[in-house]
Amino acid sequence: MVEQVSVFLENTAGRLAELTRVLGDAGINMRALMVADTSEFGVVRIICDMPRRAVQVLDDAGFGASIAEVLAVEVPDRPGGLADVLEALQAEGINVEYAYCFVEPSGDKAVDILRVDEPERARQALERAGVALAEASTLYELD
Amino acid sequence: MYQPEFEAMERSRLEALQLERLRDTLERVYASVPLYTRKFDEAGVKPGDVQSLDDLRRLPFTVKDDLRAAYPYGMFAAPLRDIVRVHASSGTTGQITVVGYTKGDIDRWADLMARTLVCAGATPDDVIQVSYGYGLFTGGLGVHYGSERLGATTIPISGGNTKRQVQILKDFGVTGLGATPSYALLIGETALEMGIDPRELPLRFGVFGAEPWSENMRRQIEETLGIVAIDIYGLSEVLGPGVASECLHKNGLHVNEDHFIVEIIDPETLEPVPDGEQGEVVFTTITKEGIPVIRYRTRDISRIVPGECACGRTFRRMERVSGRTDDMLIIRGVNVFPSQIEQVLTGIPGVAPHYQVVLTKRGVMDHVEVHVEVAPDIAFDEVKALEALRRTVAQEIASALAISIDVKLVEPKSIQRSEGKAKRVLDLRNEGGTA
Repeated sequence: MVEQVSVFLENTAGRLAELTRVLGDAGINMRALMVADTSEFGVVRIICDMPRRAVQVLDDAGFGASIAEVLAVEVPDRPGGLADVLEALQAEGINVEYAYCFVEPSGDKAVDILRVDEPERARQALERAGVALAEASTLYELD
Repeated sequence: MYQPEFEAMERSRLEALQLERLRDTLERVYASVPLYTRKFDEAGVKPGDVQSLDDLRRLPFTVKDDLRAAYPYGMFAAPLRDIVRVHASSGTTGQITVVGYTKGDIDRWADLMARTLVCAGATPDDVIQVSYGYGLFTGGLGVHYGSERLGATTIPISGGNTKRQVQILKDFGVTGLGATPSYALLIGETALEMGIDPRELPLRFGVFGAEPWSENMRRQIEETLGIVAIDIYGLSEVLGPGVASECLHKNGLHVNEDHFIVEIIDPETLEPVPDGEQGEVVFTTITKEGIPVIRYRTRDISRIVPGECACGRTFRRMERVSGRTDDMLIIRGVNVFPSQIEQVLTGIPGVAPHYQVVLTKRGVMDHVEVHVEVAPDIAFDEVKALEALRRTVAQEIASALAISIDVKLVEPKSIQRSEGKAKRVLDLRNEGGTA
């Protein structure tokens, strides 16, 4: 399991820019950012190098930020890579709440971030299917 | 005038009648309502000490909390076997307040509402549609009895089912309407949507009250429906509708002073202010048997319109109510205290007890949006879960306030905190605010 920063945001102009500036000023580097939004509010999900520090600085700046535990899996950066992972979960009847991906700087692997309803069963299902889980230490500093 | 012998009574005779009825009421409440026995004793005043109307100011006030504490029957001055009807306030803070009426009260109430309808130009030839709610709320039955007393044809349709309201308005040849002003306007707009121009119908007048409304709203109602719109005033603690009503001159509401003594007080010093000055409206009932109230503080802000009215009625007029001295809001005719929202929020995990109520008009009806802060440590980040949280908050607030509302989740600490009075309510209803 890895730590993701989740932030509740109202849908107002400039709010996302303010959020990223707060992180930038604190010297926090983002690996991935994903926004889920409705007409009235959004949730910003961030994988970054210092998640706990990010929550702290965002909290101090008046944002509602928290740590969410998510699964991170490494898949070969090729067509069908994510499908293999999701099929393994679906076979076990595990629901994926949301998912997003980013590519490792080396370029040959993609990291899929998955939020599932049963994380422990999901982890076991993925191991059985031969999917490698990314270690937290490869994604960010363990602070 | 329905009862010109009273409505146009010479002032000195009226004041003599008031004093006689006041003294009789004071004797009765002092003997039969423990709360008044105690209050009068604490104030060191006996009913017999009241020798003139000016002595009224020596008496203690009654407030809504007194009625709440006496729930349900504790302030009745008549035995329950003599009470033939009860109503209860639509307010939803804590305990509701219950009021009781004797046969005599119901009889006098019918007369007062007949006066009100005649004030608006009604005659026994009229067909009056009563679109106020019937039930514990006093509006429906109040207008109903007045209309029957007058001898008008009375249609007890109550509120709701607006298309049917329009159909009956048209088919039954309705000439007078009783409703909250916002509902009257909704009936008018629904008629237009149905291809019926209400201005071409026989409808001639309406008596509207139970919620604050403006001159702009009056013009809108009069133009849409092609009628004369009359403002009426009342509250269940004092009677219900029938306490005061405008006449066709529409310059203040004549208080039925042979049944109620009206005072305007400074809400800070609690001293009466001279006619013409603004303050809190205070009523003393002088003919009620079921639940008389002495110097009841309404929290409504108004003033006495100086001078005489061209209609010939000698009753003094109170100006259209311009506000409240507490935080009570009247939304679609329902009394709402924003403090109830805080109680609801403290019981829901995931949100902070910080909120702001934003009132706008959606079409002609009041629209309520409550902004609620999510908790800073909100433990979930799925849109689905947040939507479910929003729905839960909306349902809980709606059930506590007894009105439907929308909820908007906002960021932690985003609602302005201020020292002293929190800006809990943003009322944009009279500023053309829409949502």
